Amino acid sequence: MSAATESTYTPATATGRITNFVDQRVGGSGILREFGRKVFPDHWSFMFGEVALYTFVILLLSGTFLTFFFDPSMAESTYNGSYVPLKGVDMSVAMNSTLNISFDVRGGLFMRQVHHWSALLFTASIAVHMLRVFFTGAFRKPRELNWVVGGVLLILSLADGFTGYSLPDDLLSGNGLRIIQGVISSIPVIGTYISFFLFGGEFPGTAIIGRLYVLHILLVPAMILLMIAIHLFMVVVHKHTQYPGPGRNDRNVVGYPLGPVYAAKAGGFFFIIFGVIALMAAFFTINPIWNYGPYDPSPISAGTQPDWYIGWVDGALRLMPGWLLGIPLEWNIPLPWGVNTLSLNVLLPALVPAGIVFTVLFAYPWIERWVTKDDREHHVLDRPRNAPTRTAIGMAGFTFYCVLWAAASSDLIATHFHVSLNDVIYWLRALFFIGPIIAFTVTKRIALALQRKDREIALHGRETGRIVRLPHGEYQEVHAQLDDYKRYKLVGYESPEPSDGVPNGNGVVTKQERRRAMISRLFFEDRVAPATPAELEAAHAHAPVHEQIEEPERLKEVSH
Amino acid sequence: MKALSQRRRHPLAAVALLLMGLMLTGGLYAVATTVNKAKADTTYSADDAHEGGKLFVANCATCHGMGASGSPDGPSLVGVGAAAVDFQVGTGRMPMQLQGPQAQQKPKQFNDEQTRQLAAYVASLGAGPAVPEEKYLDGQGDAANGGVLFRVNCAMCHNAAAAGGALTRGKFAPALAGVANSHVYEAMITGPQNMPVFNDANITPEGKRDIITFLDTIEANGSPGGADLGSLGPVSEGLFIWIAGLGVVIAFTIWLTSRTS
Amino acid sequence: MGDHSDGIPAGSDAVAKAGLHDVEKFQDPGLPPHRLRLADTDPWAAKRAERQVAILFGISVVGTLLFFFGYFFIRLDDTIGTLRIQNMLLGLGTAFAMLGIGTGIVHWARALMPDHEVSEERHELRSEADRVAAEKIVGDIIEETGIKRRPLIRNTLLGAVALAPFPAIVMFRDLGPLPADALRHTMWDKGTRLVRDPTGTPIRASDVTLGSAFHVIPDGLNNLHEGKLEEKAKAVVLLMRLDPSLLNPSKGREDWSYNGIVAYSKICTHVGCPVALYEQQTHHLLCPCHQSTFDLTQECKVIFGPAKRPLPQLPIAVDSEGYLVAQSDFHEPVGPSFWERG
Repeated sequence: MSAATESTYTPATATGRITNFVDQRVGGSGILREFGRKVFPDHWSFMFGEVALYTFVILLLSGTFLTFFFDPSMAESTYNGSYVPLKGVDMSVAMNSTLNISFDVRGGLFMRQVHHWSALLFTASIAVHMLRVFFTGAFRKPRELNWVVGGVLLILSLADGFTGYSLPDDLLSGNGLRIIQGVISSIPVIGTYISFFLFGGEFPGTAIIGRLYVLHILLVPAMILLMIAIHLFMVVVHKHTQYPGPGRNDRNVVGYPLGPVYAAKAGGFFFIIFGVIALMAAFFTINPIWNYGPYDPSPISAGTQPDWYIGWVDGALRLMPGWLLGIPLEWNIPLPWGVNTLSLNVLLPALVPAGIVFTVLFAYPWIERWVTKDDREHHVLDRPRNAPTRTAIGMAGFTFYCVLWAAASSDLIATHFHVSLNDVIYWLRALFFIGPIIAFTVTKRIALALQRKDREIALHGRETGRIVRLPHGEYQEVHAQLDDYKRYKLVGYESPEPSDGVPNGNGVVTKQERRRAMISRLFFEDRVAPATPAELEAAHAHAPVHEQIEEPERLKEVSH
Repeated sequence: MKALSQRRRHPLAAVALLLMGLMLTGGLYAVATTVNKAKADTTYSADDAHEGGKLFVANCATCHGMGASGSPDGPSLVGVGAAAVDFQVGTGRMPMQLQGPQAQQKPKQFNDEQTRQLAAYVASLGAGPAVPEEKYLDGQGDAANGGVLFRVNCAMCHNAAAAGGALTRGKFAPALAGVANSHVYEAMITGPQNMPVFNDANITPEGKRDIITFLDTIEANGSPGGADLGSLGPVSEGLFIWIAGLGVVIAFTIWLTSRTS
Repeated sequence: MGDHSDGIPAGSDAVAKAGLHDVEKFQDPGLPPHRLRLADTDPWAAKRAERQVAILFGISVVGTLLFFFGYFFIRLDDTIGTLRIQNMLLGLGTAFAMLGIGTGIVHWARALMPDHEVSEERHELRSEADRVAAEKIVGDIIEETGIKRRPLIRNTLLGAVALAPFPAIVMFRDLGPLPADALRHTMWDKGTRLVRDPTGTPIRASDVTLGSAFHVIPDGLNNLHEGKLEEKAKAVVLLMRLDPSLLNPSKGREDWSYNGIVAYSKICTHVGCPVALYEQQTHHLLCPCHQSTFDLTQECKVIFGPAKRPLPQLPIAVDSEGYLVAQSDFHEPVGPSFWERG
């Protein structure tokens, strides 16, 4: 980036002239020099962030088209469009214009379906992206803050999804708003006021759609854009993480240069995502508001659920009993100025599960840092099996979500599997507590087993399925040894060990430190250490024939 | 409105006007008279009732008792009317295969003639809702009005798109696709199982006709957006995006990041 | 969880030794040797890949044309069939157009662009010198403002800044009216007729036969010009008739029903969905949103699910013409609980 006002450089090609023009005005060459060949590691699981980004672009494109035709008014109108089963029915202008988009604007239905499918894919890809980041430990130093930004993006995407879901003012979304209003009302002291201010008076009022519309198309997307900018900026600053393997370490980044390969793949991927969403919009109905009809406080449809990403909160509302062993969970509390009502049967399920999930989500990088006392930078990822406890925690959280989403579908589970609705709820109440524990235990066992399998293979090679008979009559299976590169993939990982409480300056092991040591044991006590060269040698040192046979017990003795 | 004024001079306009007038007067007449007047013209002969009685003794009396007076295993059928028989037997719910939360639909075990005879027998035991008249079953009513009535009275159990829904303790409201118009009508006037009764004072026969028209329309139309994923709402949409949507996306990411040979 | 498969005693001091163990670790063999693709060595394979990419781009062109065909040549009439076909063609056209370009570019990148993996050094995010300099700058700036030395300025500034956002919160006050007692009253009043939802026709007691369920609104609701939905959201009622001997009215409620006809608020006491599912044999009411179940024979007491309070009952009677009317408004607020409910 030269500061010279006069350039002595004369470009030879057309491209060069354009570059030169831009460079002399904004100094773009420096950026291009920095980023043009920047290296990005390549792995399929790294693509979900891109999926989220691209679906967001598609959401902006299709959403803009929809705003040209959508009218967020709750004024009364009579539908007079093409859809016969609703002709002459009174409905809000919002619903009316959404029906017109669906039935009378060419391509309008397609755009609505593209928009809604993209929204589902947007939230789903954010979720999968975060799961990938969690399971591979990509949130570790120096990326903790970017993990937090990602969490904020997740919350914003849920907010944008919910506000958008409510806009058509159909029966389904209207009842969704009714539930939100009921939940808001349960907030102590200010709940009623928030509800009246939000809805502009009593539910449903005539204000809420317009207000949600502004949030949906202006405020929340703007915040998402800002967060995406910060998120991507930090990705550039940190450079991408990479999976462990030969030639990869915390000091380098191995992959393809941005131009041309990575840029081409990433650019092409946008079109692929768009194409996949277009396919779904072509062949699969989403949010058929014409089935639900306009919102009216009297009717309701069986199977009233929110979209998947809000479903868990609805599921929690369903699981919470109003009476627990004869004890009511809603109390009238006599206070000096009168009796006030506290509805824990609404408040707890609405706040606690979401509170737990998001608190753990945001705090996890620091929790793990505190437990491991690990202050180093990590750019090489963990394979999920090599961090069994973390993987188990992640699966417990995932299971927790699944149980709650299943609870939100309890009526559908009952009808489709021909079981009693009440029994489904009872089972899910139990699973709410024991499901995550089972998932934790099972996942940890599986991860440890996979680690042991990796050790076996690293030390003794792969089973070939070929049986040979030895001179003395014994039958053995021939194991094929790995080459150095493949073996390094299986052994080149860190395996932290549990650390005892460290005394502080006064030589005292504090209570907190002892607690940390306890959690550290929980994390790492049943670890599987990576195979070492000594062990490999020991494995080879046995008689060449024996080398091919498994003898884990003896190896254990050798290992340390 | 514009379209209407353009078609005013259409040769069929007079016919349409006449039809509308007839329907209006018919409708008004129907509103003026009241409860349960949708009695069918079908009258049963004594012979029908006699044959039906024999069938009843052979197939139904075990539970419903001799003379259909009821037993611990089945309710009395005196006064349930021919409509109830036509619905329960015509949809295969009766004779019941096994006691459960509710009688399930299954292949029917009596032919139309036998069903008619059974209905004649039960109708002869006491006055009750009769098998509906054809004119309410033609599916030519007002689908939009039917939709409004359906959403207020039916959608909470049967789902807004008539895809069915759950009730308490293993009971359920069935999906309505493929159910004969007469059975839909009979279910409304008799209230089988746990379904409430919608007598003619609650929903007029014309209203029932509109509901049937609405159901016929949405069933014939299908979904404009493509496959309807069971019309089950956001849960099936969510499952679809997680399994099919993300599945396809993952397949593409694997292809994209793999090396060519 | 107690088995230590590799025999390492729990709690050894490995963390302290981290880094010393390098000799016990496998050495990184470095990047594996590069493997050439078919198209790198075989010009014919390269040529074929080139043609494949071109075909994919061609498919994209066909897709766009298909979109135009769907847009311009499918005439929408009032039937759903044409719309479905148009939606399908637009979607299929877009899908081909996009997937053609996308897969074409990716195939091009995979098969023909250089696929040598590159290793790049990571740079330190920061240097010690930078950090020291930055700290010094921040310190100097703070020092030059003198904020530490002039607590009067600091404290008044903090007070001002803390107070300044409050107008922004207060501004939200006019988003809506104060609740006052709006949630305590509905349209129901002494003598208000029970009418059918949505037609608004009155209901005779004799219309409500055993096993019936009527969806009811107060007379006059349909004539409201403003606030119709708000009133409806509080006033909707479910009217049912069951054998009078099944009802067990509590003290003071004996005359709230009429010949086994009872009217209950349809708004769930949990979070407000319409509790509209009536099982006429079990006499249970079920909310389809969160499965709260109310028992009609116990004055709609909650027998399952997340609701706590029974549904409010509307006292009814019959007027001189035989039509059902309300005796009064509900005796308690309907719908979800709120703090001031009491």
